[in-house]
Amino acid sequence: MKILVCITHVPDTTSKIAFTDNNTHFDKTGVQYIIGPYDDYALARAVELKEQLGGSITVLNVGESETEPTIRKALAIGADDAIRVNAAPTDSFFVAQEIAEVAKEGAYDLILMGRESIDFNGGQVHGMVAEMLGMPSVSPVMTLDIEGTTAKLSREIEGGKEYMEIDLPFVAGCQEPIAEWKIPNMRGIMSARSKPLVIKDPVSDETRTRVATFELPAQKGEVKMIDTENIEELVSLLKNEAKVI
Amino acid sequence: MAALIFVETDEGNVKASSLEAVSYGSTAKGAATAIVFGFLNDGQSDLIGKAGADKLLHVADPAYEQPNIMSYATAIAEAYKSEGAELLVLAKSSLGDPVAARVSIKISAPLVSNVSELPEGNTVKRSIYTGKAFAITSLEGEKAVVTLKKNASPIKDNGSTPSIEDFSPTVNDADNRVKVTSREKATGEVLLPEADIVVSGGRGLKGPENWGMIEDLASTLGAATGCSKPVSDMDWRPHHEHVGQTGIKVAPSLYVAVGISGAIQHLAGVNSSKYILVINKDPEAPFFKAADYGIVGDAFEVLPKLTSALKAQIG
Repeated sequence: MKILVCITHVPDTTSKIAFTDNNTHFDKTGVQYIIGPYDDYALARAVELKEQLGGSITVLNVGESETEPTIRKALAIGADDAIRVNAAPTDSFFVAQEIAEVAKEGAYDLILMGRESIDFNGGQVHGMVAEMLGMPSVSPVMTLDIEGTTAKLSREIEGGKEYMEIDLPFVAGCQEPIAEWKIPNMRGIMSARSKPLVIKDPVSDETRTRVATFELPAQKGEVKMIDTENIEELVSLLKNEAKVI
Repeated sequence: MAALIFVETDEGNVKASSLEAVSYGSTAKGAATAIVFGFLNDGQSDLIGKAGADKLLHVADPAYEQPNIMSYATAIAEAYKSEGAELLVLAKSSLGDPVAARVSIKISAPLVSNVSELPEGNTVKRSIYTGKAFAITSLEGEKAVVTLKKNASPIKDNGSTPSIEDFSPTVNDADNRVKVTSREKATGEVLLPEADIVVSGGRGLKGPENWGMIEDLASTLGAATGCSKPVSDMDWRPHHEHVGQTGIKVAPSLYVAVGISGAIQHLAGVNSSKYILVINKDPEAPFFKAADYGIVGDAFEVLPKLTSALKAQIG
């Protein structure tokens, strides 16, 4: 069982979002970077599958050298080796091409990643990679079990779940509760230092979208507090001001 | 050049989010063709026409009755080419998103998801950082695929009856490799991502047995019900009702939060709502800072009062 887990290097969920240089760059001041929370679920499930079935886990990140501490953390959690494609992940098509190239060379049985990154929230890369490789893709995957060369999985749909079976290989975008996040232990952290991390140059520079500028949402006005003894005032606001009833 | 719109149905009825997509495509490009799979209830094709589609491609082959991401993508790519479309529009959903990703590769077009407003020239505005910011994104070339957040476009109602054509896509066996064995789906409820009003409960409700109050308020408002992460983690409510950073992101006209303190991860899932009403007994709850309307009070006292006042108003 050869598993490829693709991870993003993203600002912590509690980060303050701000931009610099006339709103053209994300302001990294004081921002903590983490493994994308959804990618972290994918990695945790990969570690469990490896414990159960044997095999190896390669972790892949498309990013510049600043992402290496995040990659080392993934190695500490349980990946065996890592690949970093040395380029800024500027566009989902660009990232998908690089992942597809690595996936072709490595002939993996399973390609896992998060359902979406938490910075750009595109949720596109798993579908694009699968289409490039001519494989099925499923997202957002909530449970994943492997029996022989067949996987049984479930994914969330609006108002419920869908259960399915697929032959390996395929691509999955993961979310909770596929596995519990794993916290690296001291042995994992020590061994991660010496695990191989290969740096590759990107195979293409083609992108299809470009961010011109960033914007922050309009500031909310002051909250209107309504007394519990005056519920009619609220009903009137909902009707006449918000016009939602 | 026209827009092609993938229209999703639920038990033969067109989803409201897909009607928004039709209006978006029609406003952006002037002409719009919709593609729909499986059976349609009476009057549904007229709704698609009113929303702005001049033409409706209907894939009636029973093989397409159940959603299949790969075969739908193949069919939509084929329709995109045969219609000579420039823009493909899909509503964001568990079906629309993966179909969009595959089609964008098949037709070599840029793809932008979570689009929140009508385009200006070749730039679109999309929501990023889980609703905490927007990216004004320019697309390379003339082709484009966009998936829409809720409320990206108003639904038009001045279109006329569309011409309907049967569409028979090329069948590709390789598209049938995902075998869907079963589906579990709540019926008769307003679906959370589609809902115009959402009523969510948090730990302040004290237990799943108290959810009747949330449901009463929701049904009075025609709203969907949601919950906070702790509530879904404790299995008080199913995961598909969990609203937040790692759950469902909603963008209703009104979001009502009851007994939810407003952790930043929860706010990330609701910050695209037009109006937010917070009911919490703790006046220091951080959610009040993100709210338009607030009531400091015990949910058990406020909810029945509010529901009966709304019933009196709405009838």
